[in-house]
Amino acid sequence: MHYHKYRLIIPFLLPAILLYGIFVVWPYAQAIYISLTSWKGVSGNRPFVGLDNYQRLWEDERFREALTRNGQLLIVLPLVTIAIALTFAALFTQGSQRVRGAGFYRVIFFFPQIIPAVIVGILWSYIYTPNVGLLNGILRAVNLEGVTRPWLTDPGTVLWAIVAVAIWSSVGFYMVIFLASMQTIPTSFYEAAILDGGNRWTSFKDITFPLIWETIRTSVIYLAIFALDFFILIVVVSGGSTTMGARRAEVAALYLYNQAFDSSRWGYASAIGVVLLVLTLLLSVGIMRVTRRETYEF
Amino acid sequence: MNVDIIRPVEEIAPLAGPRIAGERRGAGTLTFSLLSQILLAFWALLVIFPFVWMIITSLKTDPEILSSPWSFPAALQWDNFSRAWTQAHIGRFFINTMIVLAGSLTGTLLVSAMAAYVLARFVFPGRQLIFYGFLAGLMFPVFLALVPLYFLVNDLHLLATFQGLILVYIAYSLPFTIFFLTAFFKTLPTELGEAAILDGASQYQIFFQIMLPLARPGLVAMGIFNFLGQWNQFLLPLVLMPSEEKYLLSQGLYFLAVQQGYQNDYGALFAAMVISIVPTLIVYVLFQRRLESGLTAGALKG
Repeated sequence: MHYHKYRLIIPFLLPAILLYGIFVVWPYAQAIYISLTSWKGVSGNRPFVGLDNYQRLWEDERFREALTRNGQLLIVLPLVTIAIALTFAALFTQGSQRVRGAGFYRVIFFFPQIIPAVIVGILWSYIYTPNVGLLNGILRAVNLEGVTRPWLTDPGTVLWAIVAVAIWSSVGFYMVIFLASMQTIPTSFYEAAILDGGNRWTSFKDITFPLIWETIRTSVIYLAIFALDFFILIVVVSGGSTTMGARRAEVAALYLYNQAFDSSRWGYASAIGVVLLVLTLLLSVGIMRVTRRETYEF
Repeated sequence: MNVDIIRPVEEIAPLAGPRIAGERRGAGTLTFSLLSQILLAFWALLVIFPFVWMIITSLKTDPEILSSPWSFPAALQWDNFSRAWTQAHIGRFFINTMIVLAGSLTGTLLVSAMAAYVLARFVFPGRQLIFYGFLAGLMFPVFLALVPLYFLVNDLHLLATFQGLILVYIAYSLPFTIFFLTAFFKTLPTELGEAAILDGASQYQIFFQIMLPLARPGLVAMGIFNFLGQWNQFLLPLVLMPSEEKYLLSQGLYFLAVQQGYQNDYGALFAAMVISIVPTLIVYVLFQRRLESGLTAGALKG
């Protein structure tokens, strides 16, 4: 059967390898090289400066601030998203009593996940608008005038207002993942737990949670990477990559984007990218190790 | 709506329920289900309300929008939609996006299917290396490649062209699609191909006439997955499509939103947003079940 197999293998693999090599592998490889140059502006001149960009990044206060925000996201985004998603998933499937309208809720909750980030972002930027926005409108309607504020320019709220949008749109996705994982648990496990006098909480804690641990762990990694890559929503919700709101919520990826496409500092921007890549890899490996538990076969 | 999704659990689960438990648990369960209903209804409202508000706002006049976010339109301003389509160029951006997606989706599926088939069905030196090479692409953040990609596409004279964007979309969709389809082709029976060989079919005929049709469920799943991913793509067009004539939808919307500060046509902006979620909405309604499993498949395998 495999007599002339290379006549098939080579032409079948070639288009994928070429496209992937040219447009994916090559740019990544180049990014690492560019990060070692002080290339800026429109000139094709790329003077090699070694680790100079990294040295400057190390001392760059603005970069440190941006990374601190990423650090905050790294804790809040996975924790809150998974907590809400897990609660809903547990309400749907776990234990005996089923929730009425579960199918309907599931369709609704998942919906924001498929809406383009740009539309979600523009929509929420109008919800947060100070004078005619929906949020301040609601707050005034329920006599909470004191709570109203310019959500997207107040340095204390802008980042969290945008993070709330990210959580709002991701909860449904993770809920569906958890649901699918929970549905593989045999119901006899829960029956046994009830016979043993367990209640809803203990059966969640002792059965559901350990048995879907692998899925939770994967979700933590996904959300951690999301927290490090976070930036499109900031640009769209705050109305541009260089607006005051965006500056006050600036995370590392946004700093990279502005250094590259606003200031044309290609070398420096690429160094930020390489640092972020290394952090992503370290973080993934780190989370894998920290969250390793005995897995249960069933 | 799609109630059948959770039917299996609904049917089996009640067996375990309150019959075994005593009276007190019955009362507790009631409180619990009431609380969960409130919680779920609250979140559902939180999700739906912004979209409903968006649709209502898209039918208001600008003074109405600016005077109160709550009011309903005095008269439905369908004109907002025609202004969005023509003056705000959403119609053109829409067609641009269709052109790019027609090319990139076909390309993604064909190129990935060919590579995945070979990787799944043949043994040859370097196979593992190539497979993991593609897989590694899932780890890398796109923005790291943005700067070199911009100059590369520029050097190839593909900046601000549909062809350039199509090729880049295909390239960045390959890792996950190949990963998914390789697993899929491995599950297909080998006997059919072997029988066809005995009948004198060429390897090409086997692939196009036997394997590709058999792989349809996998191709459909990846088609939907990539449709959403590419339709929603923002960063790549933002960098690679600097010509306003050829803006894609999400990019065009973004610039429209940014420009509102000067031009003040909020009605048209909201109408434009409504127009742009229609295709996604159609795909969601038609393929809700498959789309969910397609989008979540990667996470569950991990």
